[in-house]
Parts: sequence; C-alpha cells; structure tokens
Amino acid sequence: MSNNNLSVISLVSIGEHPTSRRPRRAEQDARAIELGIKLVGDNLQTLHAGELSDDDSQQTALRSYLGMGLAEINLLEMPENSDAVLVIAEHLKQKKPDIILTGVRAENGESSGMLPYLLAEQLGMAMVTSIAEILSVDEVNKQAEVLQALPRGQRRKLKVDLPFIASVDMAAALPRQSAFGPARRGQFEEILGTSFTDQESSEWQTADAKKRPKRLKIIKAKTAADRFKAATAKASGGGGKVVHGVEESAQAILDLLVEEGLV
Amino acid sequence: MSELFRRDPRAQWIARNRLHPMHQALVIGPVFGPSGLLRKNLHIIGFIGPNGLKRIDRSGASNDSEQGSRRSATASEVILPLHQVVEPAFYIVVVLDLVSGRLNGHDKDTLGLAQQLANRNNGGGAVVAIAFGELKDDSLNKAGVDRLIHINDEQYAHYNPEQRCNDLQGIIGELEPQHILLPDSINGGGDLGRRLAAALQQRPACGVWKLNDDTVICRGSAGKRDITRPLSKLLLVMEECSEPISETRHENILMSQASSPLANGKLFDQGNISVDPNAIPLAEAGFILSGGNGINDWEQFHHTASVLGATEGASRVAVDDGNMPRERQVGATGTWVTAQVYIAVGISGAIQHMQGIGQCDKVVAINTDEGCDMVKRADISAIGDSTEILARLVELVEQRKQAKQTNNEGDDK
Repeated sequence: MSNNNLSVISLVSIGEHPTSRRPRRAEQDARAIELGIKLVGDNLQTLHAGELSDDDSQQTALRSYLGMGLAEINLLEMPENSDAVLVIAEHLKQKKPDIILTGVRAENGESSGMLPYLLAEQLGMAMVTSIAEILSVDEVNKQAEVLQALPRGQRRKLKVDLPFIASVDMAAALPRQSAFGPARRGQFEEILGTSFTDQESSEWQTADAKKRPKRLKIIKAKTAADRFKAATAKASGGGGKVVHGVEESAQAILDLLVEEGLV
Repeated sequence: MSELFRRDPRAQWIARNRLHPMHQALVIGPVFGPSGLLRKNLHIIGFIGPNGLKRIDRSGASNDSEQGSRRSATASEVILPLHQVVEPAFYIVVVLDLVSGRLNGHDKDTLGLAQQLANRNNGGGAVVAIAFGELKDDSLNKAGVDRLIHINDEQYAHYNPEQRCNDLQGIIGELEPQHILLPDSINGGGDLGRRLAAALQQRPACGVWKLNDDTVICRGSAGKRDITRPLSKLLLVMEECSEPISETRHENILMSQASSPLANGKLFDQGNISVDPNAIPLAEAGFILSGGNGINDWEQFHHTASVLGATEGASRVAVDDGNMPRERQVGATGTWVTAQVYIAVGISGAIQHMQGIGQCDKVVAINTDEGCDMVKRADISAIGDSTEILARLVELVEQRKQAKQTNNEGDDK
C-alpha cells in the first residue's frame, strides 16, 4: 500500500434483496468497499447515514460491511425518510477526504442515483460515474487514473483531479465475503447528524412495480388489403446467403466482419 | 393518397366507343364485340422474347399480360403531413444520446414523449433537440424534432460531460424550457442528466416510464417499486416511455449555438482501452465465436477466437463433453447473448440454442449440413469443413492486419 496518506471515505447504505425484500449489504456499496480496501487497506473510512436499530437482526445488514474487515463504521444518526445528502455533505465538509466512493444508486427508496452528483456539487469535487477500477493515484500532481465501465464490457480510461467522488459499477471486482467474527467485533461510531426532512417525497404514492406492458406492433395500413397482408404474411426470414467452398466462405465471413467494423 | 384507385369517366367513355381515335390506346379490360363475343386484342398483350419473337404468357406468371387490367398500387414513398410550430409558446428540450452519431430507439421514445408534452393542453410548444458531436442521422425530421441545436467540435468526440453540462446550462438559461428530457441510459444520458440536475438544483424524476396528465410514474428502489409523483421540470426517461413519432414530419430548423467556455474541467478522457475479449461477460459481448459438436480441433478454435478478437461461446454438447467451461454455454440453459455478430461453428441449432441467440444481429453459420436449423437462421452460411474454413479465415485476417500495419508505417514515413 503506497497510498497511506490518502483519505478515502466509502459511503454505505442498507440494501434490499430484490425478491425476499430482506435487508442486506448493497451490492454496489460492497464493491466500493472492496475497491477502497484494495486502495488504502485499513485506512478506509466508512460512513452510513441513518438510524441504528437496537434489534440485533436489523443490524445484520450494516454488520456485514464490518465483516469485510473494517474496524468501525461511522454512523451519522438521522431519522428515517429524511434527506441524507445535506447531512452527509455537512459532515464531509469538515473531513475533507481525497476520494469518496459510493454505489451508482440505492437499492431502496427513490434510488435516483443523485446522491454522488449532489455531494460533488456541494463539496466542489469532480464526479466520475460507474467506475470499475482505480488504476493509480498520483498524490504529487493531485490526479488519479480510473477505469470507467461502458456498455458491452468496454472500459474507458479517465484522468481525474483529486479530490473526487466516484460511483462504483457492478463491473468492479466482486466484494470479499463477510466473515461472522469481524462482523460481531466491529464497532459503530455514532455521530449526531442534523435532520433535514424531505417534504416532497412524502407526498408521492408508491406501489409495487407492475410489469410494464409489452409494446404492441401497430400496423398502420390504410386499406383492408394491406392489413390482411400484414396479418397473414409469414415473417420474412431466411434471406441468408449460402456459400460453398473454403475460399469463398472465408472471404464472405471476412467481408461481413469488415462491414461490421470488427476486424 | 396515390394508392387509391380513381375512376376516369372520360377514359372509360373512350374505351366504350370503338370509333374514337384514342380508342386503341385506351382499351382496358375485356372488349365485347357487336355479337356479344369476348374479343382479345393480341397486339397489346404479351411481350417480345429474347429471340425477338412475340410471346404471350398464358400461365399468368408474368405481369405484362395484366398491364392493362388494373393499375397496380405503386410503392411510392408516403409524404407525411408537416407539423409546424411557427412561434413556439414554450420549449421542450431533449438531449439526444446519439450512439455513434445515430438516433437509437431510446432517443426516439424520448422525442415521442417530448412531443406529447409539447402538444398537451392545446399545445403550441416546440421540441428542441440538442445533439453533441457528430450527427450522421438524417431522419431527425421524422422523429419529432422541431428545432435542432447541434454543437460539434473536436472535443465532443470524447467523453466531456462537464463541458456538455456547461453548454446545456447556457441553452436552458436562454430558452427557459418548460421541461428538459434525457434518456436515462448508460450511453451518457443518465450521467449528463444527473450532472445537469445537480447544477440547476432541480430535483429530477428518474426512470420515468409513463406520463399521466400531470403525474409521472417512475421506477424506484432499483426497479422494485413504482413511484407516482407530480411532473417535474427535469425528466430522465426509460425506454418505451412513449410511442415514437411516426405519423408527422417536423421542421427540424437549425438554431445556431456555439460551445461555451469551460474554465476548470476536472475530467480528462484518455480513450478506450483494449479489453481481453474473454474477460467480457458473455451476455454483453459484442462479437462471439461459438463452437459445438462439429469441432474436432479445439486448439485451432481458441487460436481463431484470439486472432479475431472474439469472445468464446459454446453449445451445450461442447460443454457436456468437457471441451468448454460451463459459463461459456450459450442458450436457454446457459447465457442469453446479445451479440452484434455471432459465428456458430459446427452448431446445428437446437431450439434452446436458437432461443439464446434470438437477440443477435448478424449470425454466421459454419457447418457441413446445409439443411440444419442454424443455416436457416443465419445471414451467411458457409457449408464445408470447419477446420479448413477457420484456417483460411485466420490466414485472411492476419494478411489484412499485416497490410494495415505496413500501410500505417508507410503513412508515418
């Protein structure tokens, strides 16, 4: 670990299993912690904004982060359904971290994915979205090189000025397993946060997600004959080209690959 | 319009009157003689064959004999009605993703929703599309773009969300749009929209998938809940949130706008890096070389994949025989793939496998059996021994690479 002087804070939330709806460690947040531990080892600080339940079974979600080898989680106490952005921003303004790691979006609530952007705006930091890896941090020039995850498994290399906020994509390395012992031994360091109520969202109605209707293929034919033809015509497939012979085949495949820009 | 069959009474009268000077040219359909017998004019039916002799095709297979009977519907391009907004009462801004310079389905759906917003409550609004970088698509007028702001510069070829966000702030300050719409996509729209929301201090509605009067329905809790909330100024919309525009043409008038100066950018694009194709998850790989029971030489298969730069896949038989690992299996029981090009070597195409490749764009089959299902599905089918064809393909690709290299070296000198 060469980045000992670096101050890295990872923000964690309580996730929710998509099927059972049980609280769990959020997948992207766990990847963010994995990335942070690889970067600075034991110097990684972890912050959670929310209430800590007295019930042990409710603590398991947060404790599973501790089970990844963290000594403690800083807990900004705030009532449920209040705005976490302002509380966290107020806290982080005093801490002045070099790197803040978050998930792309939360697994419950509005899950708009706005938190890192709002923090970046309020703290005046750079913001990189959906990173897969931090390649290097240059503390002298105050710059870092990160890999951003793109669709189709592609990666983009970005240089970003320190300090910055990064949201960690599912493409990042898998998080380590959570061990039971460390999870029991880990501590919560409670700090009292200011409460900012979120008036707007309390007026919204939420319901379980309905399956979205499949888009219908609308036929806009003007005459009955055209509509009949569209309804009865067989899907025109099998326009494929059949090639015989080794030389011709290889050439035809190469032409297709060139046309698609793959070779 | 032009497809409608219209009567021409004068032409019909001439066709009835055998003494009219234009009668010969206009005779349509059967002609009955004075005795009531059907008369055929042999001079106007038939065609001249290749040897210069007249041929009359009585089987009905050729179109020539039907020439006079009825005017066939001509397949001319339908001109859609033009939707004009002369003096816009308000603006709706749409920022397009434009993956490789073209509109995709998500962009078109976003424009469709924007038109819905511009035309509700007696309408009068104009949809302003904002395009950054290269724009190859010329069908913007058919997708519902009333006004276009195109900002193109060398820097927009790269990833520069800070610059784009800064430009958008300027445009929004000028136009004061009623709503701003962006596709909530991983192709840049989601990122740019959230940056803009933070900069404008507007709370966006993310994952919008339906518009009901003055409320929108959004997907929350990472897809588990539906949130119904009032319509907000900034909307990040999902795919299929609205029908794309298909029945009107739009003006697509270019509004000039220069890129704004940005003093302190903190992000610098270093370009895409080359990725090991086998490290890409099979489900999102763009180019897959898949092997099945018909492969004898697996060493050669792996070599071909590495030369082509393709991700390796396999059919179930190849996996069961231990030639490929289980996570490489394509099909209903394995991975459903979405590749742009899928090459199936020695795979006959079991129905489970065909389901798995349903989303693929171009399929190439290399097989010895011309009658197999994979050949029916494929865009190009190469019939022959897969070992020989792959060997020749590798040779051709390597030749091409070498030729490119020497060309580049020549350019450098």
